[in-house]
Amino acid sequence: MSRSDVLVTADWAQEHLGDPGLVFVEVDEDTSAYDGGHLEGAVKLDWKKDLQDPLRRDFVGREAFETLLSSRGIGNDDTVILYGGNNNWFAAYAYWYFKLYGHRDVKLIDGGRKKWELDGRPLSKDAHPRPATQYRASEPDLSIRAFRDEVVASIGSKNLIDVRSPDEFSGKILAPAHLPQEMAQKGGHVPTAKNIPWSKAANEDGTFKSDEQLAALYDEQGFDASKPTIAYCRIGERSSHTWFVLRELLGKSDVKNYDGSWVEYGSLVGVPIEK
Amino acid sequence: MCGAPKQGGVLDGIDLSTQTVIQGSVWHDGDPVAGAYVRLLDETDEFTAEVVTSPEGEFRFFAAPGKWTLRSLAPVGRAERTIAADVGLNETTLAIA
Repeated sequence: MSRSDVLVTADWAQEHLGDPGLVFVEVDEDTSAYDGGHLEGAVKLDWKKDLQDPLRRDFVGREAFETLLSSRGIGNDDTVILYGGNNNWFAAYAYWYFKLYGHRDVKLIDGGRKKWELDGRPLSKDAHPRPATQYRASEPDLSIRAFRDEVVASIGSKNLIDVRSPDEFSGKILAPAHLPQEMAQKGGHVPTAKNIPWSKAANEDGTFKSDEQLAALYDEQGFDASKPTIAYCRIGERSSHTWFVLRELLGKSDVKNYDGSWVEYGSLVGVPIEK
Repeated sequence: MCGAPKQGGVLDGIDLSTQTVIQGSVWHDGDPVAGAYVRLLDETDEFTAEVVTSPEGEFRFFAAPGKWTLRSLAPVGRAERTIAADVGLNETTLAIA
């Protein structure tokens, strides 16, 4: 796995829009961005409506994922090129999600929607329904997904990476500051977790830093490559960004995303918290 | 969840006795700048949040009392301002030179 296997530039994406075998997919939590203009031919995935179970807090199941991708016209052999807003947070989440269900070839557009807009590249409002497919998903690959009990058991042994901002890590604020701060969960972080914000891995235009810069970043922060790693944030999308950096760009082994993240952990009765 | 709510507009439903709201707008050449990326940086200059301005050029953050830096990024240029925020409404303007 190397950078070119998992990441394409905005230039490359613009040159290859409409190529057969490629499906461009915009992933956002607020899909009004897509509706206001998207890459020509791109289909949309709504982080909440499409990728979250409507009742329980969990993913959609394997069959629902198959139905979703079939209806959007995505085939097992297609190369899926993901991009989105929020510095690709939700696109990275979708990348991890596609990998969890075994999609073979998935890539991110470096910089996502932000770089695309800042570059003044063209956006289209046209709808592009694709013919339905018969998508088949694999059983979820739980080697890349962590659950709460494993997180608690990992305190003091595995690399726990809290990728939220320093003020969320310290408990000064409870959510990223574009959201109201009234939350049920306690403030703080998992004991022994290191705070390596996702943003340190990205440039201001949303692109990822170079492999050399990323390797230096995690070395400086005391990342122990000999240990398994669990990344978390508040709801699991920023930690997908870091999961992508560690596993897909830097090639670290045994890296999991804890998508329950602080919304779950900070609400658990009886677990240790540090502030 | 992490998608930013609609930017700007009325403050209905926001409890200004507990929330530290930092809001304002981005301007360039006498006009508001829609679609600018505004990020909120903490006292150590670390990223805390980012929003995209509304059609009226507005942005809004929910922070905590303290010193914050606002930095906007748009195709027409960038602007930066540091402010001291308290509980309640803190309004500011970012002007792109």
